[in-house]
Amino acid sequence: MEKEKHHIVPYKVYFYILIALITLTFMSIGITKINLGGYSVLGAMIFSTIKSVLVLTWFMHLKFDQPLIRFMVGFVALLFFAITFITFLDYYFR
Amino acid sequence: MENATQHSDPHYDQEASKLGMWLFIFTELLLFGGLFLVYSIYRFLNPEAFRLAGEELNLTIGAINTVILLVSSMTIAMSTSALQKKNKGLTIFLLEVTIMLALIFLINKYFEWGVKFDHGIWPGSQHLINDMSKGEILFFGLYFVMTGLHALHIIVGMIIIIVALNKVQKGTVHADRPSLLENAGLYWHLVDLIWIFLFPLFYLIH
Repeated sequence: MEKEKHHIVPYKVYFYILIALITLTFMSIGITKINLGGYSVLGAMIFSTIKSVLVLTWFMHLKFDQPLIRFMVGFVALLFFAITFITFLDYYFR
Repeated sequence: MENATQHSDPHYDQEASKLGMWLFIFTELLLFGGLFLVYSIYRFLNPEAFRLAGEELNLTIGAINTVILLVSSMTIAMSTSALQKKNKGLTIFLLEVTIMLALIFLINKYFEWGVKFDHGIWPGSQHLINDMSKGEILFFGLYFVMTGLHALHIIVGMIIIIVALNKVQKGTVHADRPSLLENAGLYWHLVDLIWIFLFPLFYLIH
């Protein structure tokens, strides 16, 4: 049981994740070089979000952890987005 | 009876230790989250000044440091696998590589900040106060506070990794008792996670 609970991730999986992360980094640099106006920030943020999901899922082992930790991470993310959204509502309609 | 033979130390609880580390990580995420919110609002209010000030930053150093942090995240993640596979030598080697990469990141940061100082840009400098707009002063204030706080986390992360490395060497952290190394890894990934958002927000403004 203990062995099953503790998943050993193969080295090559970590290497593939690294390659994906570096590729996404250069893609986010690329997208901001193209003139998209206000959308370039959005583009860069989408790439960063994908990267952070990769880091959380694989490097931080959320994929293999108990659902409680995944739920808490989701809750904190949601909390942060809610605070940001409400603050922007305030500034936008001032 | 069976339990008594399986567990050498009844006070060791790997899941609780992990949960505690995650709770700490949440406080860190919200600390930086607050700073990101401040940044977003001021950028929303001063878009042109932020764009102008962002061009002062060196994209190449920023990109190199991003790759360095990502690679170091991989090496420390690999070291936890190596520990579980009972490969002590490789675990230690991978941790040493991680520490070296962290040091290179800090050296790059030192030169990056040094160039800013040479240009007369630091919080409260005469050049900043006399020649720059309010938005630019805000940008550089946030730049120094946020990358500075992040660099502080790099230093703390290095200390934690060195402690974990020593315990792996001594044999008190091993395949059946890996929490310290795993939590050191989680902390290091947090540092990486924050940089993933710092990099585009400060270096990729156009």
